[in-house]
Amino acid sequence: MDKVIVIVSSLGLIGFIYWFFLGKNDKESAMSTDIKITVSGGYSPESVTVPVGKPVKLTLTRTDPTNCLEEFVIPDLKIKKTLPLNTPVTVVVTVTSTGRYVFHCGMNMYHGQITAR
Amino acid sequence: MAKSPLASCSLNISGMHCASCAMTIGKVLHHTPGVISADVNYATEKAQIKFDPRQITLAKISQIISGLGYSTKSDDKARQTNILLVKFILSAIFSAISFFGPPPLFQLVLATIVQFWIAWDFYVTTFNSLKHRAANMDTLIVLGTTVAYVYSTAVTFGLVPGDPYFDTSMTIISLIILGKWLEARAKGKTSEAIKRLIQLQPKTARVIRDGQEIDLPISEVVVGDQIRLRPGEKVPVDGKVLSGETSIDESMITGESIPVYKHTGDPVIGGTLNTSGAILMRATQVGSATMLSQIIKLVEQAQASRAPIQKLADVISSYFVPAVLMIAVATFAGWYVATGYLPAMLNSIAVLIIACPCALGLATPTALVVGTGLAAQKGILIKDAENLEIAYKVSHVVFDKTGTLTEGKPIVTDIVGGSKVLQLAASLDANSEHPLAAAIVSAATKAALKLSPVTSFKNLAGRGVEGTISKIKYTLGTPSLFPKVSSDVSRLEKQGKTVVVLATAGKILGTIAIADTLRPSAAEAISQLHRQKISTSLITGDNPTTAAAIAKIAGIDRFFAQVRPEDKAVSVRQLQSEGQTVAMVGDGINDAPALSAANIGIAMATGTDVAIEAAGITLVNKDLRTIAQALKLSRATLRTIKTNLFWAFIYNVVLIPAAAFGLLNPILAAGAMAFSSVSVVGNSLLLKRVRLT
Repeated sequence: MDKVIVIVSSLGLIGFIYWFFLGKNDKESAMSTDIKITVSGGYSPESVTVPVGKPVKLTLTRTDPTNCLEEFVIPDLKIKKTLPLNTPVTVVVTVTSTGRYVFHCGMNMYHGQITAR
Repeated sequence: MAKSPLASCSLNISGMHCASCAMTIGKVLHHTPGVISADVNYATEKAQIKFDPRQITLAKISQIISGLGYSTKSDDKARQTNILLVKFILSAIFSAISFFGPPPLFQLVLATIVQFWIAWDFYVTTFNSLKHRAANMDTLIVLGTTVAYVYSTAVTFGLVPGDPYFDTSMTIISLIILGKWLEARAKGKTSEAIKRLIQLQPKTARVIRDGQEIDLPISEVVVGDQIRLRPGEKVPVDGKVLSGETSIDESMITGESIPVYKHTGDPVIGGTLNTSGAILMRATQVGSATMLSQIIKLVEQAQASRAPIQKLADVISSYFVPAVLMIAVATFAGWYVATGYLPAMLNSIAVLIIACPCALGLATPTALVVGTGLAAQKGILIKDAENLEIAYKVSHVVFDKTGTLTEGKPIVTDIVGGSKVLQLAASLDANSEHPLAAAIVSAATKAALKLSPVTSFKNLAGRGVEGTISKIKYTLGTPSLFPKVSSDVSRLEKQGKTVVVLATAGKILGTIAIADTLRPSAAEAISQLHRQKISTSLITGDNPTTAAAIAKIAGIDRFFAQVRPEDKAVSVRQLQSEGQTVAMVGDGINDAPALSAANIGIAMATGTDVAIEAAGITLVNKDLRTIAQALKLSRATLRTIKTNLFWAFIYNVVLIPAAAFGLLNPILAAGAMAFSSVSVVGNSLLLKRVRLT
């Protein structure tokens, strides 16, 4: 009986892990050219919307000491910045075409995205 | 009234290039209200500051120093690395004690300290990540060790039968912390090259304003400013020498080791070192337009780019941690059903601990950072990771002749027919914009010949010119314009010279030979490429005889002669159709279409503009041997990326199933995991040892 319980709970747990980590929906933020992102256990907000062709100011503040989040990368825009702890770092980006631009930490484990419209 | 406590801090200050910078910062801070004392040390690049926090904040002090043109950083990074070391030593001692089997209650005390004090940061990170429904390596470690800790605590208090596993949880934590400490130290070394480039940027310039020499922060220097430069000082911005002469060490920017002689009119590059004389210069580029700023920007962009080879690793790492969590749960269930809860627990802990997403994440970026940084130090600017991958495959290098393989300054070497021929030719060519025409006019000027007025001038579309002088019509142009020419023509062409013939009414008056000197490094550069099994060719507008002679002198395998500038891309495509992966070397201005048509364009930067759109690789110096170095370094970097990815995959693809099937002890898993990231970063650092010559 206990084996059945373990198997059923494990299947349930696997389903939960899938839903919890991979089934989340990104909430889109309102379009802005001055965006503040807090970096702690991920990015807040994770999804930002920017206008095409206009310079956009992204200000990142890392409050999480884990060195995983020390680097901030937007590979498609060839931007990489080191984020010192508790020090705001500003990146000015101008996106020239519509689409989604993923940003992530140096080891590609925490993700966010910029939607350009 | 109670005295308010004073605060003290240590700030890292970068950008100081002499002791007077340290004095300037010290002086300004002393005069800042709230700062009690400020001891700025140039050698250690640190400032010890005592201040009254009621009057001034640390952020404000940093702001003041930044305002002077220096950057500050509190000692967080070094402090964090030191804390990691202390934590490792403590947890290692506690783990060692627990291996000798002291009473479980004593082990519980030690394990509690390790779990909830030493490893507390892992919990904080995990908690923060879970708030974002994200996870990383720390999540796996927290889960694995917490399971072992909770189980052992239950055993200690007799809630479940068995032996405690406190030694396992403590050893895992100490090994992971050791791995993090080693990784932090090694990772810092990967970006040394770009840091060195950033530190080259001078902070002040001695500018002449209103007849007075004043030291200004670099941000206040404007184009047109006259700057005094003394021996031993860094050139503050890009400029031109107005007066004086000196030798300038440009090795830090171009990689060329011999100091370059500079006199009036010569360009100087910001960040290079004035070694001998005092000069007066005029600023031509400042701020982000300087060559050094462009180089730093290009290198930073390259280091942020994504290599196509990395795509699979990227996809895997985005699903990695959730996948490992699911495998761990499945492992637990499988072993529980087959044997019982103890192997189920140990094997699922091993799965959680062996998984190493960091090695996957670090494999490409660390190699890219070391490779592109090393390249920049040699005067090689690689645009991005994609071009690095193409450079790896190059099998054929095409050289544009003028200005690339040669100095680009053609001079008249032979005149058959006397000075009258030169005088007439120069009079005609004074109306032409062709580079060879400039050589003929320059030779006539040097010989003090007076040019005659020309009427009815006509350009013969790349083949020559014609015009009337004193009512006589002359034609000056390539030998193919004339039905019969003298034997001098073929003799001179066989020497690799470009020949023009002057004629009137069908009668040949004379012949002028023009040669553009091959760069001294040309032959050695070609031979280096051949040693790398890369074939070579030459593209030129010259006729086949001249082209063949130049190719022979330089040792080039084949040539494309009489190619008009707009047709160079066609020759590149021809080589590609033969199955070659082509690198085209040019100056990036006249041959941009050919550079774009090639698999990779290599531009030799002229002047201080290094951001050449059509080029995948830009060479800052004029040494052709750098091309072979660039290709060799690209191959070495890509090989390192491939090795890193291979090991990162092996760790995870082989060892995760091994752990799931019970073949891996959790402590061994922790050891392997801790060293996987270190081995990837260490392998990238080995790139620094690549011999490029």
